[in-house]
Amino acid sequence: MAASTGHNPGLPGPAPDSRSMTLFLAVLTPFFGAALVALASRYGRSHSAWAAGVVTLASILWLAPSFSLPFAGTTLIQQHDWMPALGLNLAFRLDGLALMFAGLILGIGLLIILYARYYLSERDSMGRFYSYLMLFMGSMLGIVLSENLIQLLIFWELTSLSSFLLISYWQHREEARQGARMALTVTGLGGFAMLGGFLLLGHIVGSYDLSVVLASGDLIRAHPLYVPTLVLILLGVFTKSAQFPFHFWLPHAMAAPTPVSAYLHSATMVKAGVFLLARLFPALSGTPEWFWLVSGAGLATLLIGAYVALFKHDLKGLLAYSTLSHLGLITLLFGLSTPLAAVAGVFHIINHATFKASMFMAAGIIDHETGTRDLRRLHGLWKFMPYTATLAMVGAAAMAGVPLLNGFLSKEMFFAEAMHISTHMIGGWLFSALVTLAGALGVAYSIRFIHDVFFNGDPVDLPRTPHEPPRWMKVPVEILVVICLVVGIAPALTIAPLLAVAAQGTLQTALPEYHLALWHGINPALIMSLIALIGGALIFALRQSLFVWHDSSLGRLDSRVVYNALLDSLIALAGWITRLIDTGSLQRQVFFLMIAAVVLGVSPWLASDAPLTGSRIGLPLDAVSLLAASTLIIATVATVWLHKQRFTALITIGVVGLVVALAFVKFSAPDLALTQLSVEIVTIILLLLALYFLPQNSLPEKDLGRVWRDGVIALVAGAGTAALAWAVLTRPYDTIAGYYLANSVPGGGGGNVVNVILVDFRGYDTLGEITVLALAGLGIVAMMQNLHLPAPIRDGSGRLWNTDMHPTIMATLTQILLPLALLVAVFILLRGHNQPGGGFIAGLITAVALIVQYLANGAHWTHQRLPSDSHPLIAWGLAVATVTGLGSWWFGAPFLTSTYGHLNWPIVGEFELASAMAFDLGVFLVVVGATLMILLNLGGLHHTPPKHRSPN
Amino acid sequence: MEAMIALVIGVLTTGGVFLSLRGTTFPVVLGLTLLSYAVNLFLFIMGRLAIGVPPVINAAAESYTDPLPQALVLTAIVISFGMTAFVIVLALKARSELGNDHVDGLHHGEDSHR
Repeated sequence: MAASTGHNPGLPGPAPDSRSMTLFLAVLTPFFGAALVALASRYGRSHSAWAAGVVTLASILWLAPSFSLPFAGTTLIQQHDWMPALGLNLAFRLDGLALMFAGLILGIGLLIILYARYYLSERDSMGRFYSYLMLFMGSMLGIVLSENLIQLLIFWELTSLSSFLLISYWQHREEARQGARMALTVTGLGGFAMLGGFLLLGHIVGSYDLSVVLASGDLIRAHPLYVPTLVLILLGVFTKSAQFPFHFWLPHAMAAPTPVSAYLHSATMVKAGVFLLARLFPALSGTPEWFWLVSGAGLATLLIGAYVALFKHDLKGLLAYSTLSHLGLITLLFGLSTPLAAVAGVFHIINHATFKASMFMAAGIIDHETGTRDLRRLHGLWKFMPYTATLAMVGAAAMAGVPLLNGFLSKEMFFAEAMHISTHMIGGWLFSALVTLAGALGVAYSIRFIHDVFFNGDPVDLPRTPHEPPRWMKVPVEILVVICLVVGIAPALTIAPLLAVAAQGTLQTALPEYHLALWHGINPALIMSLIALIGGALIFALRQSLFVWHDSSLGRLDSRVVYNALLDSLIALAGWITRLIDTGSLQRQVFFLMIAAVVLGVSPWLASDAPLTGSRIGLPLDAVSLLAASTLIIATVATVWLHKQRFTALITIGVVGLVVALAFVKFSAPDLALTQLSVEIVTIILLLLALYFLPQNSLPEKDLGRVWRDGVIALVAGAGTAALAWAVLTRPYDTIAGYYLANSVPGGGGGNVVNVILVDFRGYDTLGEITVLALAGLGIVAMMQNLHLPAPIRDGSGRLWNTDMHPTIMATLTQILLPLALLVAVFILLRGHNQPGGGFIAGLITAVALIVQYLANGAHWTHQRLPSDSHPLIAWGLAVATVTGLGSWWFGAPFLTSTYGHLNWPIVGEFELASAMAFDLGVFLVVVGATLMILLNLGGLHHTPPKHRSPN
Repeated sequence: MEAMIALVIGVLTTGGVFLSLRGTTFPVVLGLTLLSYAVNLFLFIMGRLAIGVPPVINAAAESYTDPLPQALVLTAIVISFGMTAFVIVLALKARSELGNDHVDGLHHGEDSHR
């Protein structure tokens, strides 16, 4: 772990000499915390809330020592090389912007944890809620603290996934599932586009490190790929921050529990998009493309959100569209590209997070206490909950931008910047008018929220009689509202230092002149604010006629319809293509596969004029080999010829396998021979077990033409393969085997080169292979679930199956032979490193020895004596193999580096011990486990009593 | 000897391809088994044929055959077993779900136990 520091230009600061990874730990803590929180929920409902709080505090503590660094003008960067050749490093960064966002995520996170404890009902799983919340918190922290762009994107996608889990928390609700799916689809597509954008950015700059990217603004903006890069990154930003035309997912995400909405739509999730705008501001902003795309989308979202919010009857719907509009405002500010606008954008991010979280929480309290969120029924709650009403009023006033509250300050800065820009552009008056209109609409929906809920007569038909919520449910709202007030009244004393450092982190240059204060004298911004306030009140007064007009016109538009239509046509297209390619006939697919293989295999022969036979001199033919080969060929032909009599074909194919094993013996491959022999036995047992449940005979072929056609294909394929084999065998060749033969004993400590290659030189491949085997076993077990097949009473020839399942002689013999067979297996395993043998072979022998017990004595008898569940064997095997590999890290060597030494045992004498043998033990366990699991499950089907089979 | 091995591989391939083109599951599984024999042998002989020179280090040995194709084929044999097992269980599952063991894409009713 190397730590380095970068300096913000203009502000010198001490470079802390830290070789730590505190930032990484701060991000990692919530991920581990997620498991802890889920465990804690077993001990009671409050425990998981406490655990979540402790995890969040732990995360804050990891960051705490570095809090002062950004204020001193230093950027803390902690980096650990991962794949430096690809530019992928585990790199974290703490500057002003990251610090501000981390503060929002963790601070508001703590309040949400407290609030949710009282919001969630008895029926909701606390553990699930808090562990999703922790996952989400960790992902968000990862985004804001990332120094490497690709790493940032990984956390970005993690927020999409964890927010999917949070939004769909109430899985039994249709709208929750739909909303979650829509959010995931839209943000996931955006993330995909952003990956493209980041790759292009890395290509332009030559590095994925943010420090380098942020310092290369001029290079990026002048590059021919600038526009595609910008568009792709903006797609990610706009989808995440729900900017027009991707805004439609956000209101549907309101199906989430209110604490989730309060968190996702105030301080996190949707703020990730605007965070990225701020983060990449120095690198991408300042061009006409940036200006038009970003401020255009921002302005559209600002207006649409504010307008629709006015007409929403759902309390949370109103807040959702209000969120859209405020996000639009922030996006618009960053789009304006001036340093002052960026400062205002950062300021509004903080302010919006505080007042919107408080508003969502207040809405949650109202919903929780009354049982409804419908603004047409909620009236006159002032009488029931005056305290909550006061809190909500302050929050709503901040949302509307009323003086003395924080929302007013950033809105003033916004109006000032908008005014400033509009004097420099054609049609600027329209721009000023539009932003003032948006401000007025914001005032109007805020008034409506307060007026309708707390006054406006008496409540209509409420499911519950409302009263003030529990004490601790109000505390988070109180804290946020106090922040709104304090910041609004005395900004210079409270928020100014944090804003300065966050803006510094955004701009990466010296800050522009600005002054945080309530009173700037009479200026255009103040006049716009006044117009907005008065206009908002007017709009509210005219709401009745506006509602009538809206319902008959714009209210009918719904971008969800477009989304659904697009999605439906996409699914229809996919279905059409699938039907075109997949007719449900494996036979047809194999046919095309074989034709393609034959064409691809034969065409190079036709194009080449190299002789078929090479110069290598072959071995002489001997009589025994000829006999064996004839046996194999006859058995193969018999298998094909008799394949309709399935049982017979199984015997002949067994003969083929045995002769293949003999071929391995003949041609100096003892390990292969042993493996083939044991696999052959297991395969035939397996096929026999399966055949019991399949028709014993195939129907005669109806289509003789097809038989001839397939025969021709098969002959061409066979002739081609034979020719290829001949051509290879008669040519001399160079091999890399010399290295393995030379290094097997000195490097791997084993004389059996094949085994040393498997467990040492290419150990990583073998680890992959046993994993595949384990997965095949698990897949088979999964397929066996609910498998119901009628067990036939008669065999293929109409005879009754023998009821004497366990002949005595066989049962007795196998019991005696078992220890001997296991001894052989252990012997084969131990000697495998130096003599033919090893984990694969020993595993197969053990499996066969155990299966024979089942065959001879029956499942019932054997289950009483042997553990019936082989899952643990597989798990242990994979664990042993992996831990052996990881063990080499302890000694500072790469994964799966092996070592060996010689031990002196008293009686046995000198004994060699290689770490690769432990790996081979892992292989052994997996092979035993997987083989047993496959065969026992299949065999177990025979013994399932009919009543246990599922009814369908 | 080389010609004989080439012939053997050719015969195994022919049988495997023909059987894997059949319209019911069991012959297809047999075909895949034959094909995996052919492929394993084919990969194995990439190290050429050699008699009496196993790749086990021994002071008395004069030469060794190529161990690399052997290591590849050893795992290939075990993986082929895993695949065969998976496919045959898939065949059982298909029969349990569809009521017959056809893979020709035509619509068949439930078959009686032949």
